[in-house]
Amino acid sequence: MSLFSEILQFVFTGLTIGSIYSMVGLGFNIIYNATTIINLAQGEFVMFGGLIMVFLTVVLKFPLFIGFPLTVMVVTAIGALFERFAIHPLRNASLLTLIIVTIAASILFRGIAMFIWGKDPYTLPPFTPGGPVMIGGAVIMLQTFWVLGTTLAIVVLTTLFFGKTIVGKAMSACSFNPMAASLMGIHVRKMILISFALSAGLGAIAGIVITPISLMDYDRGPMLAVKGFCAAVLGGLGVGYGAVLGGFIVGILESLTAGLVHSGFKDAVALMILLFILCFKPSGIFGSEEVSKIKKF
Amino acid sequence: MKKSWIAFLTMVLCIVLISPGWAAYNIGFVASITGPASWLGEPEKNTALMLQEWINSAGGIRGVPIEIVIEDSKGMEADAVLTTKKLIERDNVLVVIGSSTTGESMAMVPICEQAGTPMISMAAALSIVTPEDEMKRMEASKTPWLEVPKKPRYWIFKVAPSDASSVEKIYIYCQAKKIKRVAIITVSAGYGVEGRRQLKRLAPKYGIEIVADELYGPKDTDMTAQLTKIKASPAQAVINWSVGPTQVIVTKNWNDLGMRGKIPLIQSHGFGSKGNIKLAGEAAEGVITPLGRVLYAEKVDPKNPQKPVVMKYKTEYEKRFKSDVSTFGGHAYDAIMMVADALKAVGPDKKGIRDYLETKIRNWPGTGGMYNMSPTDHTGFGADGFEMIEVVHGEWEFAK
Amino acid sequence: MGKENRKALFILIICLGIFPFFIRSDYYLSIMIFVGINAIIVMGLSLLMGYAGQISLGHAAFFGIGAYCSGVLTVKLGFSIFTAFFCGIFLSIVMAMTIAIPTLKLKGHYLAVATLGFGEIIYVIFNELLEITGGPSGLSGIPSIHFFGYAFKGGWRYFYLVWTVAILLLIFSLNIIHSRIGRALRAVHGSEVAAQAMGVNVSQLKIQVFVLSAIYASVAGTLYAHFVTFISPSTFSLFVSILLLMMVVIGGGGSIWGALLGAGILTILPESLRAFRDFDILVYGVILMTILLFMPEGIFKGLILSVIWMRKKW
Repeated sequence: MSLFSEILQFVFTGLTIGSIYSMVGLGFNIIYNATTIINLAQGEFVMFGGLIMVFLTVVLKFPLFIGFPLTVMVVTAIGALFERFAIHPLRNASLLTLIIVTIAASILFRGIAMFIWGKDPYTLPPFTPGGPVMIGGAVIMLQTFWVLGTTLAIVVLTTLFFGKTIVGKAMSACSFNPMAASLMGIHVRKMILISFALSAGLGAIAGIVITPISLMDYDRGPMLAVKGFCAAVLGGLGVGYGAVLGGFIVGILESLTAGLVHSGFKDAVALMILLFILCFKPSGIFGSEEVSKIKKF
Repeated sequence: MKKSWIAFLTMVLCIVLISPGWAAYNIGFVASITGPASWLGEPEKNTALMLQEWINSAGGIRGVPIEIVIEDSKGMEADAVLTTKKLIERDNVLVVIGSSTTGESMAMVPICEQAGTPMISMAAALSIVTPEDEMKRMEASKTPWLEVPKKPRYWIFKVAPSDASSVEKIYIYCQAKKIKRVAIITVSAGYGVEGRRQLKRLAPKYGIEIVADELYGPKDTDMTAQLTKIKASPAQAVINWSVGPTQVIVTKNWNDLGMRGKIPLIQSHGFGSKGNIKLAGEAAEGVITPLGRVLYAEKVDPKNPQKPVVMKYKTEYEKRFKSDVSTFGGHAYDAIMMVADALKAVGPDKKGIRDYLETKIRNWPGTGGMYNMSPTDHTGFGADGFEMIEVVHGEWEFAK
Repeated sequence: MGKENRKALFILIICLGIFPFFIRSDYYLSIMIFVGINAIIVMGLSLLMGYAGQISLGHAAFFGIGAYCSGVLTVKLGFSIFTAFFCGIFLSIVMAMTIAIPTLKLKGHYLAVATLGFGEIIYVIFNELLEITGGPSGLSGIPSIHFFGYAFKGGWRYFYLVWTVAILLLIFSLNIIHSRIGRALRAVHGSEVAAQAMGVNVSQLKIQVFVLSAIYASVAGTLYAHFVTFISPSTFSLFVSILLLMMVVIGGGGSIWGALLGAGILTILPESLRAFRDFDILVYGVILMTILLFMPEGIFKGLILSVIWMRKKW
């Protein structure tokens, strides 16, 4: 197997996992934009997406096109409930307390998942059956195309949402200045609720598409949250497409490091890249200096 | 009205707190029931619950019921330390069985030694029963792969086969199949690190060359990068050493990369669970692994003295817990049954139990193998506890 | 130091002093030893977070550096415990300065991310340097501490050792808070720009506090290693760093006493939840959420507020 094929293989692997980091990072950004909170329970939304989908399609035997939207709706509801019961009551607390609340929520979600699904991993059948495809001497699974396609679709949809729809623009307005936004008649409370619900939904989609490739268990959340956070900060916290680019960079570099350098360092790579970029451009690749100075975190 | 409620509750509370354990033989049991090693702890705990019922419904031991006090170490040494102390002091256990992982067991060793309480670990590493200086002597020798420990720790025993035995079984198989060059891919967590150490240490003994040595993390979700490198190497077989979902992911990746038929996949004995075959699906066909007899009890030769033991354990476990039996649960079985035999013979005497374990467990059929404990060997058995098994049509079959 | 603090300190010392006379169980003493060790780390973190307003997501790494330096140097190289202890502190100082100096010049979340990265990198190093640290299988056989032939092997001896160190550090911390430095720290927390305008060297102060908190963690690490006699990288993971953070916040981020309270509660809580078996994670999560929802300023402030409220009612 030529070096080119090997590297191509690593890149494919990196793209796959990078897509997931991107979607988690996007989720971080949406909530951060609306509230400046870093939601460390973001990974748990991914986990719920995968596991609930397993329940609906494998246990209840719903077909894919029913299970998918149903799962997303359930997890979106979880995100909304989380905001209502845990975030909203603490809206006047310090930012640090709120971040700790998301951590406590992550522990709670994991406890619930362990209670319902146990500690075993679960899998989903790939969306389209069939073996892997060879491209340039490297192997790529059919499900990977679904993952990449879904990520692309999400990126397009969120860009349209924030750029073109009233609700989306209102949410962006909240992120710049909640006081001014509220004076303009924007219902800030509702925007925050929507941001959590939306992030939860995105996380769920990520969980559903990745489970056929890498299984899902109750404990998958925290690692994804850390890597997704890196992706978001790398791309510039608060900038939508930044998280996407950040996610792919982290994913590919991780995979290349594992393949070409030493697999033991894989987990640290995401953070090392982050530190490296932050040295040169502290607000992230696409972040803007002024905005990051104004934001509290 | 309120005051009498309070009085009643206080009384209940007092009774609960003060009540002495009804006379029973207390057996301490520490396992990683939650946390990263719960694949080990969960079946171990289930086995303990099942055996406690068996023994007590048969009238207990010498007419006295046993109480297996089960504690969760959560896979962390600090918790293993605390639970062991609690068991020895508050629950007055006669024996401590546990824990599921090497790290925790190592932390528990000094506590049990100080308290003069026999300990039977369900973890694999030789260093649990072997004192530091003895380990150093073996490592310093010119032929470390031929060394065996000669002076085990006085109070400490273990029932799980050491990774060395599993590796030896695999290498014997490789020799028979004329495989000289192997690739190894291991998880960078306790289990995998031990396995890797043994794989490297024992390779010269069987004339095997390790041509690729890849690693991955316990929470990784994709190993195609590492397997790609192995595919490109001159390896004739690839050996994976991990537990949990990563075994399944490696199997799937190996299959997707089209390595079947060219570079056979050999899994460690941690693969031994039907759940893994189900999750890996067709990818698991042809995968080879050394497994303890409890997993394929029906296929074991009726003349083998382990047969009745493993058959009974497998059928009862699967009936009661509606889930597949595993070798890890088997470790709990062996430990508890050994202690039961000791108690029957000598009664509630810590030193007596220890002496019994060391001297009377001879040709003792357990789920893991035929145990032969002695003053120089507190591990009991070696590679003979395993058979090489191949996955054929989703079932365990003897490998040819 | 202030009369209130002196009174509280006195009461604490008395309570701790007589504790082993009433509770002879090695098990309970061990729990309190862990509380003490955690309290030391959390006091340092509290100075950093509560007073200087900086977040560290990687403090378990300093805890680990102290533990591994102690462990490796005593086991593999036969150093004396004292030497190993100071090596650990020295290494922590160096590492802390390496992170702090470039990042603390910047504002905002950079220290948090830098410490997150640092924590992960150190964790990977502990895992990968097999020859030195023993890797994931850990390092065993760490000797117990002894002064001139008197061994601190656990039980009430180690209890007194750990808590003596903890109380000394507590006194030290309280003195800092009530000194010029403490006032400067609070000024920085309130507004860095204003503090700078008043002549406080903000960067230098932040670096100093960060290094100090790293030293606390390193001390705790040494105490941990010689108590459990076995260490492995999982004790120093991101999860632990976050747990330490929670101890500060739940106890009450703005005060050293809150830190002690947080360490106590979050160390004892999981032990007392053991009876719940499989549900304990769930119950733990519920309790944490409840505390945060009802006492967002932390339990210490929450208790004080309740006391004030009760006084008003009666």
